[in-house]
Amino acid sequence: MLDTTGTPPQTLPNAPGVGYKPQHFAAIMEDPAPVEWLEIHAENYMGDGGRPLAQLRHLAERFPISVHGVGLSIGGADPLDTDHLKRLKHLCDWLNPASFSEHLAWSTHEGFYLNDLIALPYTEETVTRVADHVAQVQDILGRKMLLENPSSYLAFAESTYSETDFLTEVVARTGCGLLLDINNVFISATNQKTGAIDYIDAFPLDHVGEFHLGGHDQDTDDTGAPLLIDSHGREVADPVWALFDYTLSKTGARPALIEWDANVPEWPELAAEAARAATILQKAPA
Amino acid sequence: MSRQSEFAQAILNPDLPVPEGLQNPEGAPAGKRFSVYRNNVAVSLSEALEVTFPVIRKLVGDEFFKAMAGVFLRQHQPNSPVLMFYGAEMPAFLEGFEPVAHLGYLPDIARIELALCRSYHAADTPPLDPTALQAIAPDDLLKTRLHLAPPVHLVHSKWPVGSIFHANSSGDTPPTEMHPEDILITRPEFDPQVTVLPSGAGAFIAALIDNATLGDALKQATITSGDFDLTETLGLLLSAGAITKISKGT
Ligand SMILES: [Fe+2]
Repeated sequence: MLDTTGTPPQTLPNAPGVGYKPQHFAAIMEDPAPVEWLEIHAENYMGDGGRPLAQLRHLAERFPISVHGVGLSIGGADPLDTDHLKRLKHLCDWLNPASFSEHLAWSTHEGFYLNDLIALPYTEETVTRVADHVAQVQDILGRKMLLENPSSYLAFAESTYSETDFLTEVVARTGCGLLLDINNVFISATNQKTGAIDYIDAFPLDHVGEFHLGGHDQDTDDTGAPLLIDSHGREVADPVWALFDYTLSKTGARPALIEWDANVPEWPELAAEAARAATILQKAPA
Repeated sequence: MSRQSEFAQAILNPDLPVPEGLQNPEGAPAGKRFSVYRNNVAVSLSEALEVTFPVIRKLVGDEFFKAMAGVFLRQHQPNSPVLMFYGAEMPAFLEGFEPVAHLGYLPDIARIELALCRSYHAADTPPLDPTALQAIAPDDLLKTRLHLAPPVHLVHSKWPVGSIFHANSSGDTPPTEMHPEDILITRPEFDPQVTVLPSGAGAFIAALIDNATLGDALKQATITSGDFDLTETLGLLLSAGAITKISKGT
């Protein structure tokens, strides 16, 4: 269990943040409202210098930063990549971000990185593996991490845990926090024909340190059933906003991020999404 | 084979069957649902290659590049999640990729694009104050060593790849005849620059990279070229912030 006595100097505010894109640098420095914090993908800041790190240093002087890893492969059957852990540690040590998060998924196998967040079966074996890996990350980084729920497209016959029970168990074993991606909940519930509200009701909400809100694409599977794809390439869908509103009625305001990673819009459109999140956050119970 | 091995193989090779035990909500085989992973992996890796190799893409065309990226990514998966450095095998891949055998200069264009990418992310080091060089007594000058900044790279080519690169990135006139070129990549502040080097300068800078003294580098350059201009080349390096340090050599 992680010793969390040494708390980081900054935490994410219970306000909207956005996934940082370099093309928005000037706009953010001029007038970030209503955005109060930024999230970066850790892997994009693992060079030795140049513009990316220079921009990040400027941003970190003004905003709390959340470091969001996309490549650690916490659910991978192989041991965690120690080189990558070192790179994460180096980044977190100099930046001292307000938060570090990663995904309940795998992406690296036998040394090859597939660049996608691939689903895991939820079994005794995988809950032990994930908990061990989360504990190792927290140990090496010397900080608590948040683990994010994935979007799922299919189910594993061998699963014995529900996803919410699986996450609850990982939290119990490691003391980690959770990043609740509301869009992923909606995608998975639609794709698996389960209830999104039921998922939220079963989720260990006390441990949520951050929300994600992103856009998805609509497709269909071989049987014509809806198949939602986690694309982060458009505005947040209305039912996802409604689910966010419902969740906040239970949790109160928490840090909430707009994720827009593909077909990235001009700053005003992204800021408008953040403003919509701000409106919902403001009327949430304290 | 382990579950994840089977999964990974099936993602990379669409001809393989979808692994057993992956289901839709009715408990039937996942079918097209598994293709989401196949598509995400292929598209995202192909996009990463587009970011690193925009000039290769322009030279071969968008559709051809996508098809070629599909072949490349199935032969060379990234060996790290730091995707900005993905594609290091591209020059060797292009050398052996039959459909582009008639474009002999492509591998060297890929070398330039890889160097640009590494240069963009290289460490920041303050450039040398040009007066530091003038302060050295002429007798000592040939014994000094010039240390080049981390973003500096050199590409030797038997093709006019610098001119081809500029013609396809900033719209310069394409070269009318084939000739060798040495290309220097520097990063004055944050944006890497591609410079076609004057005669002998490639050999001179290659010697500096190998930690030769200024005297030895000069010798290399004059062996290679009868009209190597030391002042011009030093001026080019200094103005691009390519030199970080001088040290007295022994
Ligand atoms: Fe997310």
